[in-house]
Amino acid sequence: MAAATANAAANPRGFGPRASLVLILPVMLLLAVFFVLPLTGLLDQSFRSPDLGIANYVRALGSDLYMKILLRTVWLSVIVTALTLVLGYPVALTMSRVSGRMQLAIAVCVLIPLWTSVLVRSYAWIVLLQRRGIVNEFLLQTGLIDQPLRLLYREGTVIVAMTHVLLPFMILSIYSVLRSIPKDLSMAASNLGAGGFSTFRHVIWPLSLPGVYSGVLMVFIIALGFYITPALLGGPETLMMSTLIGQQTTETLDWGLAGALSVVLLGLTLLLVGLFGRALRLEGKGI
Amino acid sequence: MAGSGKSVGATTWPVTLATVIVLIFLLLPTLIVIPVSFGSEKYLQFPPREWSIVWYKAFFADAEWLAAARLSIAVASLSTVLATLVAIPATLAFSRGRLVGQGVARSLILAPMILPHIVVAVGMYIAFSRWNLIGTLPGFVAAHAILTLPFLFLTLTAAISKLDPSLELAAASLGASRFSAFRHVTLPLLMPAIAGGMAFAFITSLDEATVSNFLSSSASKTLMKKMFEDIDFDVSPIVAAVSTLIIVGSLLLVAAAQLVRRLAVRAPRPAATLPAARTQAKAA
Repeated sequence: MAAATANAAANPRGFGPRASLVLILPVMLLLAVFFVLPLTGLLDQSFRSPDLGIANYVRALGSDLYMKILLRTVWLSVIVTALTLVLGYPVALTMSRVSGRMQLAIAVCVLIPLWTSVLVRSYAWIVLLQRRGIVNEFLLQTGLIDQPLRLLYREGTVIVAMTHVLLPFMILSIYSVLRSIPKDLSMAASNLGAGGFSTFRHVIWPLSLPGVYSGVLMVFIIALGFYITPALLGGPETLMMSTLIGQQTTETLDWGLAGALSVVLLGLTLLLVGLFGRALRLEGKGI
Repeated sequence: MAGSGKSVGATTWPVTLATVIVLIFLLLPTLIVIPVSFGSEKYLQFPPREWSIVWYKAFFADAEWLAAARLSIAVASLSTVLATLVAIPATLAFSRGRLVGQGVARSLILAPMILPHIVVAVGMYIAFSRWNLIGTLPGFVAAHAILTLPFLFLTLTAAISKLDPSLELAAASLGASRFSAFRHVTLPLLMPAIAGGMAFAFITSLDEATVSNFLSSSASKTLMKKMFEDIDFDVSPIVAAVSTLIIVGSLLLVAAAQLVRRLAVRAPRPAATLPAARTQAKAA
């Protein structure tokens, strides 16, 4: 943003306010019709379908079942975010320490899953975990079990698969900050007598916090509204906000309630972005 | 460099071990579908007892799968073109113009990346049902253009901020109009970023499942919707074959995009030294 303003200021031949407006018009029209209208339509549904009023919100927020689902969604998102942080940090750290071929190899390992469809990756977990899946077959053959285990449609399965899907976002967020920390800093720390862990704790970790915050916010927000993985790998006991909204929209056809639940989820997301949005570093995500 | 690596190397073996384990966790489930797709039996096996390509043959012989693949490719191509056509002028307005309400406009363009996809999907589903756009090409294209827009916008903004505005200024002082300076100076320099952004937008559209799931009709569905239904209904190895094709296709495209970018970076750029020196001076 700052760079853009500086560019405009440095370039007296840049586009004036009117020309700028013309340039941005197409994108704004596209967004207004196919993005803003559908979202406001959802808001409209929530207050008017079937009757005018806040009945849908009373239903959404007053019901024990829906409250339980909302809490479960938040709870699962917290666990998934924590897991991606714990698993992702060492990878980002190693990636920032090695160079050349090793770095490229790690980057490829992180980017292949990122650029593989979420649906394909969720399906892969079904291949692994279903009744006659790879894990069960293996355990049966080795004699560790004599009955196939029920591994799918459980909360744990959804957590593992979501962690798998969202891990690359966390790794890349942290790495993008870690790689900009000058190598001299850890050298200086060790010259001054700090051990490896002490250097990490007092130098690297505090400096990497912007990447951690950005990754945590990004993963948590995506997890809150994640649909595909819970829809495929979850069962009735693992219903999340997203799968509940989907059900109300296409199965129960209760668009008023779907609208109210969507507004609740949207509000929660916007609240998080509003409070912590400054931490989000969207530039260069995934590329 | 090597010395600094070694000085901390002694204490990092747990980190290295953790990295290796996490990378295996990342890669293995992603790639497991590839060997599985070459099995011959109706239920999934690993490793397959007998290798075959029956599921690929089955895919290419199935009219419904092929229709879904054709639709997905059409949607990905058209939505990428549409998003690029609106993103380029928008990027110019942001980085070369004076825009009123810049913050709001930027938030709006990036919103599809941040807002929960399920909410966007359901909102579009309800609106598109009224407008009779469910299961139609224009409906899919508009939706996917909006979803890929943030990626293109971020890629282009980053690329244009690295260009030196004085290049356009130089063109202008040599008598070029603003449009022709853009056409002959800025656009060629942006081409690698545009090509890369378009490749990523194409894959994003191809892989998009949540919105496609709601906007598809029973007669017209994208590849992801067809896969979603097949997985939910009966896990047939055709899905593994399709997954393999998608993984290989996406990775080839990403590799090609990266290659284009590398080549463009290496190629000598006009007046590359002066702007570089100036950026460094600014940073210092």
